[in-house]
Amino acid sequence: MMETASANLAHDEFVTIRQFIYDKASIVIEDDQHYLIESRLAPVMEREGVQTFRHLIQQLQQPASEPLQNRVVNAITTNETYFFRDVKPFTVLRDKVLPQLIERRRTERQLRFFFGGCSSGQEPYSVAMMLRQSFPDLATWDLKLIAVDISGEMIRRAQEGCYTQFEINRGLPAPLLVKYFERQGLHWRLQQTIRDMVEFQEMSLVNIFSQLADIDVLFLRNILIYFDEKTRRHLLTRVEHVLRPDGYLIMGAAEAPIFYSTAFETLPGDSSNIFCPKSSPPNSTRIKL
Amino acid sequence: MNPPEAISTLIVDDSKAIRLIIGRILRELGFTTNEASNGREALEALGSMTVPRVIMVDWNMPEMNGLEFVRAVRQNSTLAGTRLIMITSENEIGRVQEALDAGADEYIMKPFSREMIQEKLAVLEVPIPKEIGA
Repeated sequence: MMETASANLAHDEFVTIRQFIYDKASIVIEDDQHYLIESRLAPVMEREGVQTFRHLIQQLQQPASEPLQNRVVNAITTNETYFFRDVKPFTVLRDKVLPQLIERRRTERQLRFFFGGCSSGQEPYSVAMMLRQSFPDLATWDLKLIAVDISGEMIRRAQEGCYTQFEINRGLPAPLLVKYFERQGLHWRLQQTIRDMVEFQEMSLVNIFSQLADIDVLFLRNILIYFDEKTRRHLLTRVEHVLRPDGYLIMGAAEAPIFYSTAFETLPGDSSNIFCPKSSPPNSTRIKL
Repeated sequence: MNPPEAISTLIVDDSKAIRLIIGRILRELGFTTNEASNGREALEALGSMTVPRVIMVDWNMPEMNGLEFVRAVRQNSTLAGTRLIMITSENEIGRVQEALDAGADEYIMKPFSREMIQEKLAVLEVPIPKEIGA
């Protein structure tokens, strides 16, 4: 049996792998996050038959090691995700944000959603199901849900829309399970109509924002924590530009753009971590909670 | 301080081990727990306990199964505000639909985790007593 990798990560190896992750994905691993590299890379090393971190580093430095490099980056960046995570942002989106946004877009009949770091797709699919379930009239609108992740493996999983029993047990309301999923052996697969609503792309956040514009609702949840302060500021500046002036930025439960950008403010009286650009139109067109 | 009806729960399962696990999870979240080993016993318990905020009920049990129990609870108007979660090894989609049709609010397929219970309570907008200061 392989010796546990966690016991073998020397400090210089940690520093080398950390630098590799930063160069490859702009993701910062803090000094006290040895455990992250140890725990996430141990399964990769086992699969690859690599015995030590030193050997792994040598492999990563070989020509034509890109598949292994991608597996290492994927292992570090894969986030925990589940349907309707934290619930409240989705409730506020459904009950307050979307009704008013739909009213404001009634003439153009177009809505654009973006999801950064979508992992295996539960977040964009949660919104897709919500749109189909609670706003059936939008079926005739021009809707676009764009979701990106740096991990090609996660994007393929998301496109597949196939989940384990464990995954569909987490956060997914039973009425939506019955309505939009079908059993396929041991897995549960989202219906094609919902899968087709989301366009997935394998891309880093740093690159995708130059290709986006006019986003109405932008999900950036539990992902900025992976970047250094400079990159966070840069990303939020990009968000400011791709978001429509009366659009919404949705962040994770413990995050707030105010730490890195003064361009956003919270919705009055709201604690769901939904923010809007300060430059948004006067109060008459802003959400009232 | 939360009123008793905000933190009262009932766990209905013929497995003592499962009742212990669910009970521990709910108590850690700040709820008080009552237990019954089948639907019939649970209906009797409901006659003498604080109206529960949540009932977690298994499907397959002797004497009265979970589905029959859910139907009986939904006939009782004093329990209209009680959230019913089926927690069972039945994992066919037809079974989930049957439970919802009978009046269950949510459905968890075994094996389960603490996170799953917490997330389903959040979906049902059941406040967690520990988070709001029981």
